[in-house]
Amino acid sequence: MRRVFEVFRQERKGQPLQHAGSIVAPDERFAELYAREQYGRRQESAALWLVPREAVLEIGDFPDEFDLKYRRVDGYSIRERLREARERASSARSASAGAG
Amino acid sequence: MDARTQEFVEYVQSGGQVEATDWMPDEYRARLIKFIEMHANSELMGVLPERDWILRAPTLQRKLALTAKIQDEVGHAQLIYRVVEDLGKPRQACLDDLVSGRSKFHNVFHYPTRTWGDVGVIAWLVDAAAIISQKALLRCSYAPYARIMKKICWEESFHILHGRDVVLALVTGTQEQFELVQEALNRWWEPLMHFHGTPIPADEDPMLFWRIKSQANEDARQQFLDGYVPQIRELGLEIPDPALRKDEETGRWLYTEPDWERLRAVITGHGPASAERLAFRRLSREDVAWVERVILAEAA
Repeated sequence: MRRVFEVFRQERKGQPLQHAGSIVAPDERFAELYAREQYGRRQESAALWLVPREAVLEIGDFPDEFDLKYRRVDGYSIRERLREARERASSARSASAGAG
Repeated sequence: MDARTQEFVEYVQSGGQVEATDWMPDEYRARLIKFIEMHANSELMGVLPERDWILRAPTLQRKLALTAKIQDEVGHAQLIYRVVEDLGKPRQACLDDLVSGRSKFHNVFHYPTRTWGDVGVIAWLVDAAAIISQKALLRCSYAPYARIMKKICWEESFHILHGRDVVLALVTGTQEQFELVQEALNRWWEPLMHFHGTPIPADEDPMLFWRIKSQANEDARQQFLDGYVPQIRELGLEIPDPALRKDEETGRWLYTEPDWERLRAVITGHGPASAERLAFRRLSREDVAWVERVILAEAA
């Protein structure tokens, strides 16, 4: 039997493990050997994760039916309000300076 | 073209990238398989000219470096065949087509390596030409291939340095050693000029249309000439093309038109070493078939 293992690779400690490619091996023992040889023989990886392809649960669509923009940065447009607030503050300051 | 394909084309042409599990038009998949399979074949066949020199390397250090380079290239073939397999063509089918001559491999691997000078010129200049194509593939619309290319480019930069070191050792040696490099350069110049393919205009190249490639053939060749002609000439080597010069107004290199018919003949299996290389690949495939049987039986 041949199984596909997805290879995730960490370049340096502390960095995220990123998908690097895949290997085909008859079992986990060979998968480890092949992964060490193909993705680690030059000390270019701090860690590898080997995941049997059938174990990967993929989610690829993220519908936004209710337009939940208030959860995101782009849901807020503050430029106009900020301008107005600054104007008000500055006219209030000059008004109180005039009064004093 | 149907609406879905039209949308796909617009997506890749605006820089979008495609994953293995995404929908893709049949033509795109077929072109990817053909192109990436040829790349994998080239990595696998590319070790044979250098393999001839493992036992004849001049020092232990050179032997180790050459062996490491060869291991890298075989490793690249492994990685790239995986990408082809995920697109739907099994590795065994790729190898069948390779040894029977149904699929192609790069022109430069159809030539013999006559001296140690050839080994230096291949590792330096053939790998330099290859890294130009491969760096352009970092922007390939097919993401799994682009990701693999990152690792490959990283390893190729060591190969170029190794090749340049071999060449520098020879050009600073005896007159005879210098001549080895000059003669190898004379032999390899035409294959190098062929390397990036015929100067097909960008808007007629289907590989650019699908954004599988991101660089026109002639642009890749110009980039190679720009980078390496000065490096070759500064060593006192002579490039065997009297017409080669840079047009200072256009910034483009002018050169004698390579024989494109010869390129066609070479890549269809009529190069000076094509038959011998394929025969060797066939033989070694039969030789090692038992390894796969044993491993699969043991794992079962």
